[in-house]
Amino acid sequence: MEVKILSAKFGIENAHLLEVAKQHGAYQTLDKLFSMTPEQVIDEVKNSGLRGRGGAGFPAGVKWSFLPKGLDKPVYLTVNSDESEPATFKDRHILVKDPHMLIEGIIICCYAIGCHHAYIYIRGEYTTQVRALQRAIDEAYEAGYLGETVAGHEFQLDVTVHRGAGAYICGEETALLESIEGKKGQPRSKPPFPAVVGLYDSPTIINNVQTIASLPYIIWEGADAYKQYGTERSPGTHLFGISGHVNKPGMYELPLGLPLLEVIDTVAGGVWKGRSLKGVIPGGSSTPVLTPEEVKTVTLDYESMAAHKTMFGSGGIVVLDETVDIVELVKNLIDFYHHESCGQCTPCREGLGWMLKIVEKILAGNGSVADIDLLRELCDNIEMKTVCVLSAACTMPVRSYLNKFRHEFEAYVADTAS
Amino acid sequence: MKKIELVIDGQSVSVAPGTTVLEAARMVGIYIPTLCHDPHLEPYGACRLCIVRIDGMRGLPTSCTTPVQQNMSVVTEDEEITRVRRGIVELALADHPSDCLTCVKSDECELRRVASYLGVEKKSLEHLHKRTHVADLDTSNPAFDFDRNKCVLCGICVRVCKEMVGLGAIDLCGRGYETRVSTFAGKQWSDTICQSCGECVEHCPTGALTPKRAVIPQREVKTLCPFCGVGCSIYAGVRGNRIVRVRGDRDNPVSMGGLCVKGRFGYDFVNHPDRLTTPLIRKEGVPRSAGLAQNVSVEDIFSPADWDEALSVAAAGLEEILDAEGADALAVLSSAKCTNEDNYLIQKFARAALHTNNVDHCARLCHASTVAAAIESFGDGAMSNSVSDIAEAEAIFIIGSNTTECHPIIARRLKQNIRRNGARLIVADPRRTELAGIAEKHLSHRPGTDVALLNAMMNWIVECGLHDHRFIDERCEGFTPFLENLKEYDPDRAALITGVRADDIREAAELFARAASAVIIYGMGITQHTTGVDNVKSVANLLMLTGNMGRKGTGFSPLRGQNNVQGACDMGALPTVYPGYQRIDDPEVRARFTTAWGIGLNDRNGLALTDMITAADRGTLHGMYIIGENPLMSEPHLEHTRTAITKLRFLAVQDIFPTETALLADVILPATCFAETTGTFTNTERRIQMVRRALNPPGSARPDWHIISDLSCRLGYPMSYPDSSAIMDEIARLTPIYGGISHRRLQRPDGLQWPCWDSRHPGTPRLHEHRFTRGRGKFYAVSYKPPAEIPSTDFPLMLTTGRVLEHFHTGSMSRRSRVLESLKPQGHLDMCGEDARIIGVQADEFILVSSPRGKITVKVRIDNNVPRGTVFMAFHWKESPANVLTNSAVDPVARIPEYKVSSVLVTKAAHVPPQAEKTIH
Ligand SMILES: Cc1cc2nc3c(=O)[nH]c(=O)nc-3n(C[C@H](O)[C@H](O)[C@H](O)COP(=O)(O)O)c2cc1C
Ligand code: SF4
Ligand code: SF4
Ligand code: SF4
Ligand code: FES
Repeated sequence: MEVKILSAKFGIENAHLLEVAKQHGAYQTLDKLFSMTPEQVIDEVKNSGLRGRGGAGFPAGVKWSFLPKGLDKPVYLTVNSDESEPATFKDRHILVKDPHMLIEGIIICCYAIGCHHAYIYIRGEYTTQVRALQRAIDEAYEAGYLGETVAGHEFQLDVTVHRGAGAYICGEETALLESIEGKKGQPRSKPPFPAVVGLYDSPTIINNVQTIASLPYIIWEGADAYKQYGTERSPGTHLFGISGHVNKPGMYELPLGLPLLEVIDTVAGGVWKGRSLKGVIPGGSSTPVLTPEEVKTVTLDYESMAAHKTMFGSGGIVVLDETVDIVELVKNLIDFYHHESCGQCTPCREGLGWMLKIVEKILAGNGSVADIDLLRELCDNIEMKTVCVLSAACTMPVRSYLNKFRHEFEAYVADTAS
Repeated sequence: MKKIELVIDGQSVSVAPGTTVLEAARMVGIYIPTLCHDPHLEPYGACRLCIVRIDGMRGLPTSCTTPVQQNMSVVTEDEEITRVRRGIVELALADHPSDCLTCVKSDECELRRVASYLGVEKKSLEHLHKRTHVADLDTSNPAFDFDRNKCVLCGICVRVCKEMVGLGAIDLCGRGYETRVSTFAGKQWSDTICQSCGECVEHCPTGALTPKRAVIPQREVKTLCPFCGVGCSIYAGVRGNRIVRVRGDRDNPVSMGGLCVKGRFGYDFVNHPDRLTTPLIRKEGVPRSAGLAQNVSVEDIFSPADWDEALSVAAAGLEEILDAEGADALAVLSSAKCTNEDNYLIQKFARAALHTNNVDHCARLCHASTVAAAIESFGDGAMSNSVSDIAEAEAIFIIGSNTTECHPIIARRLKQNIRRNGARLIVADPRRTELAGIAEKHLSHRPGTDVALLNAMMNWIVECGLHDHRFIDERCEGFTPFLENLKEYDPDRAALITGVRADDIREAAELFARAASAVIIYGMGITQHTTGVDNVKSVANLLMLTGNMGRKGTGFSPLRGQNNVQGACDMGALPTVYPGYQRIDDPEVRARFTTAWGIGLNDRNGLALTDMITAADRGTLHGMYIIGENPLMSEPHLEHTRTAITKLRFLAVQDIFPTETALLADVILPATCFAETTGTFTNTERRIQMVRRALNPPGSARPDWHIISDLSCRLGYPMSYPDSSAIMDEIARLTPIYGGISHRRLQRPDGLQWPCWDSRHPGTPRLHEHRFTRGRGKFYAVSYKPPAEIPSTDFPLMLTTGRVLEHFHTGSMSRRSRVLESLKPQGHLDMCGEDARIIGVQADEFILVSSPRGKITVKVRIDNNVPRGTVFMAFHWKESPANVLTNSAVDPVARIPEYKVSSVLVTKAAHVPPQAEKTIH
């Protein structure tokens, strides 16, 4: 089932070095790229159906075409390498194993959108990744792929790496912009959207590492080649991070559209220790959980996930075996989001704190049925009523656990009653 | 602009584009609860209370951040909205202490208001369980307290400090549930860069930030701040006979509601026990010099008297000298703290009752050079533009003004211009002032080298062809000799004189000249020099050279120091002009005043303040009548001033406090302060505004104009006015530039800017719009001359003096304010670390500072914003009076002393003077 498009060079020793990467085709798209017009590049990307790999799945080419034309302000690209969503570990492989693929993708995107200064916002804890990436950028400058001209073509491009300082919220695109500007990482109210008013008040495109890294293949092989993989509305391949209670956890590149159960059983070697399945988190901790029943029918693509009232997310699949205590899991989950809330919105800042207290109370055996209902009510009052969707990233999955595993909560409460 | 039509709760609304849904709703009287919204700040959208439903928009958008759109349809309240809002308030209240009854915020609390509007249920509150953790209060700031437990994290304080004040002393720190308002590194509020302006306190919607000793006033009186020349309008909150709280007036075009620490918290001087409440007469047999001794009390020297006695003593003292020595043996000092009406009457008293033109006031010490030079260059001696032009200029050049400390509200407007519009700032100042720190270019020139610096900038502008040929041809004269003179000042040569790199001069010159509109702001760093008039003319030259006069966002902006120093000049409290700068040596003018005042007038120019002191010392001036001025602290070379004043045969002082000068008087007459009188002040941008009586005078104190009228009657020149408005009517009749001013017209919130020729004239925000007042603007060829005193081996350091934010002038008011005095109880000499190391002194150590004229002992403060070889002192503290050291050499034309440059020696102090540790209270 596995395919090698993004991960083509992952197995090659020292492919992070320019010399090795070049032997395997790095930067080969550039001549072709500069023979195209920027509009043609955007059309090719639109045509490929590439969707954002940061979580929301917004079509990349469409996003680029939102840039206002004819403004006398610079256009910026910021590549989102914050990768902090629990259970997500895909971008880090690109950064360490094939950073030149990312740089090549940046060149493609910048040419298409008319950007001459790209930023890569990278998670602060990613020290190895930063080193590999910066080294690759230095090599690219040295070799003339970045700087005054790009591979001899009349196109000036600079790339700056900006390290985060350990806040999950800085992966949210506008908090990320604030952080690059040197401010506290706090999401901005939208509209205006970054494509219109972004970094330093200028039009800005924000894309995930994997989104950008998919571009060289699309330009080199063409949109049609890319669309051979995946489904009609979810074309291409994706780096899935499979973790949890499976025999073979790890990062696998798969075409979109495969049945989830099959992937778990074959690619990841099935649920470990011969236990049975309790549920699956399909796309990072913020996505609503799937029951074993649902896992049987769902496929790994945007539409099927939506049909199952959950999300494709970042491709971080977590397999839960029968021993998992859902209430403990929920506590863990709320604890994370509550800790990572930037703190500006009253509902998120205060609400997530209260949700945590309530779950802790239930776990301690002091809860009541009213507490379970209050949890639900808080979810309703918080979700989509805040500046950004961090709060929803917490309440959506919590609601799914409350709906699908209410009995586990009630068991704690019932214990108290007796 | 085309209006946008929308429907809110079924009502049609039509508003300007860019309006938010919240603003539109409020305009038609629909209440939407909010916690984080403040009309003075940029949209924020964090509390989420103001959510509404808008057709075609997903979810419940926040009305405070959503701009209106054509045909939008908005529902501000339905079941879901109310439920969500209630949930939010419950969350905000869950951690909140419930001591509303004892909270000083009381009825003004926004949290209480939204809670009661939404009907929060006790049951749900109980369900959320009260937080047990209680954070400590930060009570370190003398003006206000911070109670984190009552904070709802609306971020208003943080945004006020950033967006309005332009400082950023506080921020929201931590994440999520741990978020809190914090100073840098969580230090105590008093240990931070906070300027204690209290703006955050005024805007905080809850009881988290509250003034210390907060009292809710019974009534509010709209009047003016009595401190600096910016002229911020205030609402003085009165309870009993005290001002208990002051807030900015949001309709005021200068301050737009802002205030600095003095203007908000500095009012307790009004009720200070030291206020003079009864006339005082020097006791029989006590010599004048008794007042010079340390730690004397008023009772030792004076006995109380009634008004009749005191006025008789004053009249007799003046008459004796008038008879024996003639009119010009007398001099009157008027006051830039008094109203226009007072000043008008004081100079009329000098000229008509005492027959002398020896009348002057402290403008001599601050902007005499501005008045002299600008009249010659442009024809008017005042700021040409309005503060709003500073807020709109594309480039701003500040030279010799520490605007943040001396004119804080103008500095704010300027910073807002940088923040919002990207205005570009150049600062020329020997010290790295706060604004120099944020400027694009800081030129740290040696004190007293302004002409060389300005000429070099102009040399380079001409060299690059960046001058405005058309403006020069059409509007100016004298260009050729000016141009000839510039040739000598190429930036390389100027670099040697000024110590500024030639390339920095070039870059600053280009930056200034390339801007489509630019202003120059300057203060006493330009004027207080023996070359003060030259300096100002150079500023005028630069503005004309680049065509930056008479348009929006341009102009000549001397910032005047005292609240009414502009008005005192306008009123003719000057030795050579009658009100409205009408020259006394013009026979026609004199004839008009002779007729109006019904008495023959002296045609000899009077003495300038600095010359009065010399004349007193030489024994040609015998008597002085000093009103609201304190030359014993403010004159240069204080030892000389003390000797001179002690030699006077007669001295009367009219003031609100027993100042250093008053202690030498024969008779002291207690006057009202700004809070107890009605009249007008004219601010630095020529804006005439009303001061209104808020309190009853203490004891038997009387308004200055009232005292002067009574005294004049006794001297045989009767004056009688029912009130100060009648005086303004007389001013209007005799002063063309005030021709249309009356108290009735000044009831409007923005006052009137002179010239205002007649009762229908709208006033003049900008002078010289199409032609200069003198016809053509005149260029002058100005050559650089070094300061009068330059460092020598005996006195190797250059001392420059000035002010600090928290105090005002000789400190008679600000040092009697609890908050201001607690913030800055002691003087200090600032020097850079390297100089301190060479001299071998440590921070906070007492040092001895000596100049050829005297010595003082003061603490040293290490401040690396002061350049090497230069030291700085403010002149507010009587325990360490900087003016003991300063040079009394004056500008030959303007007679202004060179406060900004004198030479001193700094050594370790042998012993610590006892009074140096003491604070007056
Ligand atoms: C709380 C929060 C955290 C996020 N973290 C990340 C992240 O670590 N990496 C990422 O690529 N996108 C993250 N996103 C999504 C970004 O906001 C944004 O949608 C994405 O970078 C767009 O790129 P794409 O269109 O290529 O997916 C986060 C969003 C939220 C609300
Ligand atoms: S929802 Fe939470 S994380 Fe997002 S802006 Fe509001 S407080 Fe910050
Ligand atoms: S008092 Fe003024 S300077 Fe201090 S924090 Fe508040 S707004 Fe900022
Ligand atoms: S202190 Fe006041 S203004 Fe500041 S965040 Fe708290 S409640 Fe808002
Ligand atoms: S007032 Fe709109 S979100 Fe606070």
